[in-house]
Amino acid sequence: MLMTDPKLKLEICYLLSGSMAIVSFALLYQSRMAATINTFAVHALLLGLVVALQADIQAEHNLYLTAAIAVLFKAIAIPLALHFIIRKFDLHRTIEMVVSPGLTMTAGLGLVVVAVMVMRPVTVHSDALVTADLIFAMVVLLLGILMMITRRNAITQVVGFMSLENGLILAMAGVHGMPLVVEISVALTVLVACIVFGMFFFRIRERFSSLDIRHLESDGRVSQ
Amino acid sequence: MSLLADLGAIQPIHFALIIPAVAAGILVLIPGYRLGSQINIVSSFLTLLNALAIFHTRPEPNYYLFVDDFNIYLVVLTDFISFTTSAFSASYLAHEKETGRLTRGYARFYHAMFQCMILSMNLALLSNSLGLMWVAVEAATMTTVIMVGIYRTEAAIRASWKYFMLTSLAISLALFGITLIYFTASVTIGSGPAALAWTVLRDNANLLDPAVLNVAFVFAFVGFGTKVGLVPCHAWLPDAHSEGPTPISAVLSGLLLNVGLYALLRFKMIIVGNGLALEPGPLMVGVGLVSLLFGSLMLYRRWDIKRLFSYSSIEHMGLITFAFGMGGPLANLAGLLHMVMHSLTKSAIFFVVGHVAQVKGTQDMAKIRGLTTSHPVIGWLLVVGVISICGLPPSGLFMSEFLLITTTFSREPILAVILVLGLLIALGNLIPRLHALAFGVPEGNLEPLKTAIWPLVLHLGLVLGAGLYLPEPLFAWFQHVAAMLG
Repeated sequence: MLMTDPKLKLEICYLLSGSMAIVSFALLYQSRMAATINTFAVHALLLGLVVALQADIQAEHNLYLTAAIAVLFKAIAIPLALHFIIRKFDLHRTIEMVVSPGLTMTAGLGLVVVAVMVMRPVTVHSDALVTADLIFAMVVLLLGILMMITRRNAITQVVGFMSLENGLILAMAGVHGMPLVVEISVALTVLVACIVFGMFFFRIRERFSSLDIRHLESDGRVSQ
Repeated sequence: MSLLADLGAIQPIHFALIIPAVAAGILVLIPGYRLGSQINIVSSFLTLLNALAIFHTRPEPNYYLFVDDFNIYLVVLTDFISFTTSAFSASYLAHEKETGRLTRGYARFYHAMFQCMILSMNLALLSNSLGLMWVAVEAATMTTVIMVGIYRTEAAIRASWKYFMLTSLAISLALFGITLIYFTASVTIGSGPAALAWTVLRDNANLLDPAVLNVAFVFAFVGFGTKVGLVPCHAWLPDAHSEGPTPISAVLSGLLLNVGLYALLRFKMIIVGNGLALEPGPLMVGVGLVSLLFGSLMLYRRWDIKRLFSYSSIEHMGLITFAFGMGGPLANLAGLLHMVMHSLTKSAIFFVVGHVAQVKGTQDMAKIRGLTTSHPVIGWLLVVGVISICGLPPSGLFMSEFLLITTTFSREPILAVILVLGLLIALGNLIPRLHALAFGVPEGNLEPLKTAIWPLVLHLGLVLGAGLYLPEPLFAWFQHVAAMLG
């Protein structure tokens, strides 16, 4: 690491985790599928940087692995796979939202207030970095839930879920020396990978559904 | 990784994980579904034998795995029902294969996933580390999501999507709760695996910050409560039950809901041990009663037979949550007994329902009549099963419900009235349905059924046997665990 001033590291850490919360807001008002995926890639990249910085500050080498997983899979592999899916199945539509972006953003602001009010009192005895980290993590978590609620499309729901997961990893990296962080982030990545694969798979089936129906009819059984 | 190094020498407890893992690996490689289902049965049986071995030789707890009186009883129950379900799914799959609903590749996939599910449930029950438990619950969710969608009909995919979205969102919240618990424990206990180990947390609960515990418990309650199917987070449950293969419905209702409740109770024990944090009791009592009433009201005019019994699962999980919320030796005892009896009875009912739906080719109850005339064996077993699930004597559920109602009457009479009301509504909704299904002029396919009856007879025999006579050592065991839960 080039930076040797510990104070500077802390400041950058605040800046990056705060940026994650802002990118979460940006995710809320994206109206196009491709833009949503790109914004999410930025979100995951920021997560990777925060976690790497936390690994350096806490001297926890396991966290570098978590950071690498975040960057390689969430910032690169999964966005590429999602771009592939929307190209392949021609999903370049705008995103259907259940409520208008303005209203969603206002609700998001309310959630930020909730997160601060819940987390401030419980972190009074801990140092400022942990406090900030947990507050930002809860903001990202709540905004991810909000995004999942306000979208109808499966891909944007998955993006919402992944941004929520980023909040969880942010929280786990922030509390000092949490065991199993690597294992848990691997489990989360497997979960998401399964779902992305599943979407691709079921989409294929939908495309060739006529074949499937003929197959069912030839067995003399009515499809449900 | 540090995890593997800390697990220590190989012991029976590890075989609870190794056997299903190896079996899953073998099943992926074996193309024939007949051989696959046999391996599935043998492996499930070995896992059950191994669970009994763990019961006798307790390993020393470490920070990752441990055995105590509470989890071993659920491990034995889980492995027992997995074993009988594997036998049931062998005959179920043979029929699905004949009718062409599942291809050979999917049958192979099904068997491998079944073993993965046993693996993750055993791990969830045996893990001492809250983080490891979370990973296991997540893995169990993932495998069942895949199984629910295995028919790939539109309804099945929609059901598994809903199941995935709701439960993975919920357990993410639970993970945040676990992170918060670690956050407070790392300050007082010191960072490292000890601060995430349940045994350490329980013994040092009074050192933890009550304010953090309150927030953590709320997250964990919503998270694992969704896995239990408590109202208002129950929406995934009826769809997942009715669209997946029936053996999976049996496992979901009989085992997976229990795993969620088990996780919740572990958190409750930490909170109660702290003393200054919020009282989890009233929350659990309230949500439990609402689930009980909701589940029993929703039984009215359900026409899909699997959906009907999934609402009954919501009702019973509500009842059990209520019992543990009341707390105290008697209510806890009732809750523990009810967990076992409900699992055995509900999975037996799903076995019957699976056979019925296969032979009639429909899940629509309006098209199923006169089962006792057309298929006397499964017809009468359905009668016994539904009478048991209603809590009528002599079933074991009568015993646990009676125990719960009497202790609630002596402590909170008003709550007991609501409890009894819910149970009566469920009874009033289920018995007419049973009457229509089991009696009258038979309709639909009258062909005899080739099936394995013994898992059914075994389950219902145990439930009725326990209702009439529960051996003294077993009863003492339950009392001991009930006292442990506080």
